[in-house]
Amino acid sequence: MRYAVGIARVDGSIGIKPVKALDEEACYPLNDIRSVMQKLPQIEALGLTTVEFNRGSCLFEVKYAAHLVGNIESGVIHGGVITTLLDSAGGAAAFSVVPVGSSVATLDLRIDYLKQAERERSILGYATCYRQTQHIVFVKGCAYHESPDDPIAHFVASFMVGSVGFAPNA
Amino acid sequence: MHNSKAPLFDQVMRLKEAEEFAAISALIPYSAFVGFELVVDEQGLLTILRGKASNVGNTTIPAVHGGVVGALLEHAGVMHIIHACDITRFPKIINISVDYLRPCIGHEDTYARGYLIKQGRSVSNVRIEAWQSDKQRPVAAAHAHFLMN
Repeated sequence: MRYAVGIARVDGSIGIKPVKALDEEACYPLNDIRSVMQKLPQIEALGLTTVEFNRGSCLFEVKYAAHLVGNIESGVIHGGVITTLLDSAGGAAAFSVVPVGSSVATLDLRIDYLKQAERERSILGYATCYRQTQHIVFVKGCAYHESPDDPIAHFVASFMVGSVGFAPNA
Repeated sequence: MHNSKAPLFDQVMRLKEAEEFAAISALIPYSAFVGFELVVDEQGLLTILRGKASNVGNTTIPAVHGGVVGALLEHAGVMHIIHACDITRFPKIINISVDYLRPCIGHEDTYARGYLIKQGRSVSNVRIEAWQSDKQRPVAAAHAHFLMN
């Protein structure tokens, strides 16, 4: 299963095109992943919601809330919220491409903070799988308010594929 | 440059002088949300993430959400600079790279400490390590760049 590099588009279809057709049967149903992710304690606590979810890509949203602020003077959300938003989107995207029964764990991630988030605005976090091997899923994405062409942060991560550990209702 | 129009920065500098880091934490809403605490010990500033059910992101282990672990490392990095350096404004994160080394158990406390690798006039490089019961077995590590002025 291989993926072309996808680019987030706010106008609807998040453009990820599998190079090879995916065997849907071999993967977790998207609705299962979505409902399991949505019930994770930290995702509930942050109020993260799935905006779009396709095989190999995911778009999450975090609503602005006073308790997420890192600097009370600027009103800007703590960088850690963006980390959680993007790690969640990356994890969901990775889960969507691994075989049923596999678990996924973040191996590493890097975030570049490109510009400050604006106060009292929701933030969207997009992640797409651009390469998958038997053991590793490579993911990249970004966080933004309006358009991925005007990002708040860029994100790249790799996820380890395992046979034990957290899996959506394996 | 020192900005007298930044009362929050001045307030934090006064609290730093008085070594009242718990009071600095209280000024950061996100700290209370995830459970960050700041303690000064003989080795410097220690950032603690309290074990908290709502931080779990993996219910099988159960483990702390990777994003919250990343947040802890970033927070510990900023706070380390505030504690260890003479600064004229809050350090601003440029980027962070996090390695996840072991499961971070959800109901245990996690500790993080920053190490200043290089303090530059405009940019500083900080290494941050996080561990739970055994400092020799870190659960995660990161390096980050911060804009200093």
